[in-house]
Amino acid sequence: MLARLARRLVSLAAVLVGVITLTFALLRAAPGDPFIGEKSLTPAQIEEKKRQLKLDGPLGSQMARYFADLARGDLRESSKYKGQQVGEILRHSLPVSFQLGALAFVLAAAGGVTLGVIAALGRNTWADYAAMFAALAAISLPSFITGPVLIAVFALWLGWLPVGGWFSWQTMILPALCLAAPYVAYVARLMRNSLLEVLNQDFIRTARAKGLAPRAIAVRHALRVAILPVVTFLGPLAANLLTGSVVVEAVFGVPGAGQYFVRAIENRDLFLLLGVVMVYCSLLVALNFLVDVAYTFLDRRIKLDA
Amino acid sequence: MPDPPPTPATPSSDGWRRLRRNRAALASLWFLAAVVLASALGPLLIAPEKKTSSNAIFARPGQEATLAVMDPLDPTKTTGTRAVRFWLGSDDHGKDVLHRVLAGARVSLVVGLAAAAVNLLIGVAYGLTAGFFGGRVDAVMMRVVDLLYALPRILIIMVLISAYSDSLISLLDSGRLWAQARGWTGLEGVLGLLLPYNRMLVVILSLGLIEWLTMARIVRGQVLVLREAQFVTAARAMGQRAWKIMARHLLPNLWTVILTYLTLTIPAVILTESFLSFLGLGIDEPAASWGSLLKQGAQVINPLESRWWLLVFPAAMLSATLLALNFLGDGLRDAFDPRSHE
Repeated sequence: MLARLARRLVSLAAVLVGVITLTFALLRAAPGDPFIGEKSLTPAQIEEKKRQLKLDGPLGSQMARYFADLARGDLRESSKYKGQQVGEILRHSLPVSFQLGALAFVLAAAGGVTLGVIAALGRNTWADYAAMFAALAAISLPSFITGPVLIAVFALWLGWLPVGGWFSWQTMILPALCLAAPYVAYVARLMRNSLLEVLNQDFIRTARAKGLAPRAIAVRHALRVAILPVVTFLGPLAANLLTGSVVVEAVFGVPGAGQYFVRAIENRDLFLLLGVVMVYCSLLVALNFLVDVAYTFLDRRIKLDA
Repeated sequence: MPDPPPTPATPSSDGWRRLRRNRAALASLWFLAAVVLASALGPLLIAPEKKTSSNAIFARPGQEATLAVMDPLDPTKTTGTRAVRFWLGSDDHGKDVLHRVLAGARVSLVVGLAAAAVNLLIGVAYGLTAGFFGGRVDAVMMRVVDLLYALPRILIIMVLISAYSDSLISLLDSGRLWAQARGWTGLEGVLGLLLPYNRMLVVILSLGLIEWLTMARIVRGQVLVLREAQFVTAARAMGQRAWKIMARHLLPNLWTVILTYLTLTIPAVILTESFLSFLGLGIDEPAASWGSLLKQGAQVINPLESRWWLLVFPAAMLSATLLALNFLGDGLRDAFDPRSHE
């Protein structure tokens, strides 16, 4: 277990270094500079600007100095938001994104499993068809369409919930719903198919032959095995929720980290962009590791150290 | 006259039969055909003066307006006025929304198809190679896929698009001048034609180069099974070359799986493109996709005056198309994927 944890940490570091190098090189090789919007500058002024932003000299040396700063825990200063440290910006905005993501994660996992089980147990009944049609619709509809529809219905028309922002629990409901909807659907489809497959297996027939009630079979025997593919999906799910929140945050005016990502790209704000990318990648790798661990506890047949 | 003998059922003819029984998938297929036809022919049938900026700003759906008629020979002159009806309303420049939605359909569909095709080429080649050679090659190649899966792909697509949209313009333009200098008029013409579509090309390439992972995994899984089949062993025993076995024996047995996942990739790509365009990182003016139409619609919306038609029509077309593609893809999967039916 510990050896595996160590191996994962090493691969996390490798992924991070790779992604940072790639993003750094891509953005520096592309035309345009962080001061792209400012009025025409003389070559000497451009050099001075570059020195201030620590972007002078050859690419290799720029990167080496950035990694050295990172090793000291310094994420550097944003080039657009003058005087603000990237670390500071992330400290303010990430908690908001996490709250939104965590809420959507719980909704997607719990809602998806429930819907999937209902659909599988009521197979080929209207409940199944309705659930699966709703799931496909939820997967097909982009969140920048469902978002405004939710706002129009629940905020403007019924007046039950606020339009946007992030200041009370009421403001969290609509963004979380909007973010979770497609993934509730993914999880529900996964759960339904997996449960149907497991219900066809021998050990279920044995349980039925023993005279156990269908509900008890489904919950006590089948669900424990059938939930495994859903658990595997939880890692990518968390990843998708993180990146998906970029759009949802924009639609609902949530002050999370997603808005900074889009703006950092538009402004060529290299260090802010690198900071956001770094946080997202570390989270993804960490979450995938957690999924691996959860897997071993659920299915004793898998040995991680093998 | 005796009945002709029934043709023996093969796995693939079985699949088509299953697909024909799936009413949702068939309806989706007809709907998609109608969308393609409308987007291809529709813009040709719309009066030219409705396509350009006019003084009929924010006409409501069904509203009539009097527009200056352009001289077909000289668009700067007008030959009089004419009353036209804006069936789906007009936008903030007085352009016909019906025309914009149909032209947007062209862009969205072309981006979806082209990016899915890039995706298909990379994914199939990668999966075939990994699955066929197996062993250490397979292990290394699949580790790379696992690694890429762990990256926030949409973020990387955004970085790629923003970093390279300007480079592609200069690349296309210098290529055009280079061809011009050599007198290669054909190449010059093609590059000149592509120039206004540079943003679209960047979006297509970025989406295609990043989103092939699932296709590679699925193809590899199928190849792992197929390579143990006797006809492959026989071909190998007869000394056929690896690429020939892949092309002659493996690919023909993979195409239903490939078709299925292609159908599911197209809506995913269209969805991502609309995302990007909605955020302002995808298709840009003067071209418009459904996503960028929604972005423009959202910009002129205000609480006092609801211009709902600018949002509702592109949104409805986008949603219906994505839903139909997903229904069709699901239907194909149910019909052809041996594991998906009990």
